[in-house]
Amino acid sequence: MKYIEIVDDIDTAEVYKDLSHPSSGGICVFVGAVRDFTNNASVVSLEFETYKAMALKEMTKIADEAIEKWQLNKVVIRHAVGVKQVEDPVVIVGASSAHRDACFEACRYLIDTLKERVPIWKKEFFSNKSVWVSAHP
Amino acid sequence: MKVLLFGIAKDIIGASEYEVPAQPKHPSTVKELKDVLVVLFPEFNKLSSLAIAVNSEYADENVFLKSNDEIAIIPPVSGG
Repeated sequence: MKYIEIVDDIDTAEVYKDLSHPSSGGICVFVGAVRDFTNNASVVSLEFETYKAMALKEMTKIADEAIEKWQLNKVVIRHAVGVKQVEDPVVIVGASSAHRDACFEACRYLIDTLKERVPIWKKEFFSNKSVWVSAHP
Repeated sequence: MKVLLFGIAKDIIGASEYEVPAQPKHPSTVKELKDVLVVLFPEFNKLSSLAIAVNSEYADENVFLKSNDEIAIIPPVSGG
């Protein structure tokens, strides 16, 4: 069972219900949030945009890879789009499995692979400029 | 041939869609499309990477482009 979504706002309180499962003794969750400073510059806000059809397809592949590799009972990959302020959650990934090792490892795989492959773009807004993150070497 | 634009690609071209010129010839592969784009918009050469998606899947350079394909320019991703 998996929950793959692109949403306007993430409700972090939902995730336990999404991941709890009678056969899962371990649930691991990672939440990515907006940080106030990048390279010593004060961040005003972030804006995320996506190629939604492709992003959902890539997120589904990543979830399926993790389910197969770690024998997960449930997986969540949920990413927010639009303008986000400092401390807002922007991404939440989670896995539930019989024992904790599998869900810890799977959770790391879910977020690391999402950052490499899923077509979502982040613009950082500072007081005097804005920058598409990672666009240039 | 229409391509969808996202992130910095949208800023470089200045629109969210772009009609690739049919002259001198329609690009027939992903490689040819990328070659045309970097000539018309040299800013693409400065990016960390430049991928093309065909029908919402990452496409290798040798993939052929058909008239009804949905084609998108995928600049370096930065989700999470």
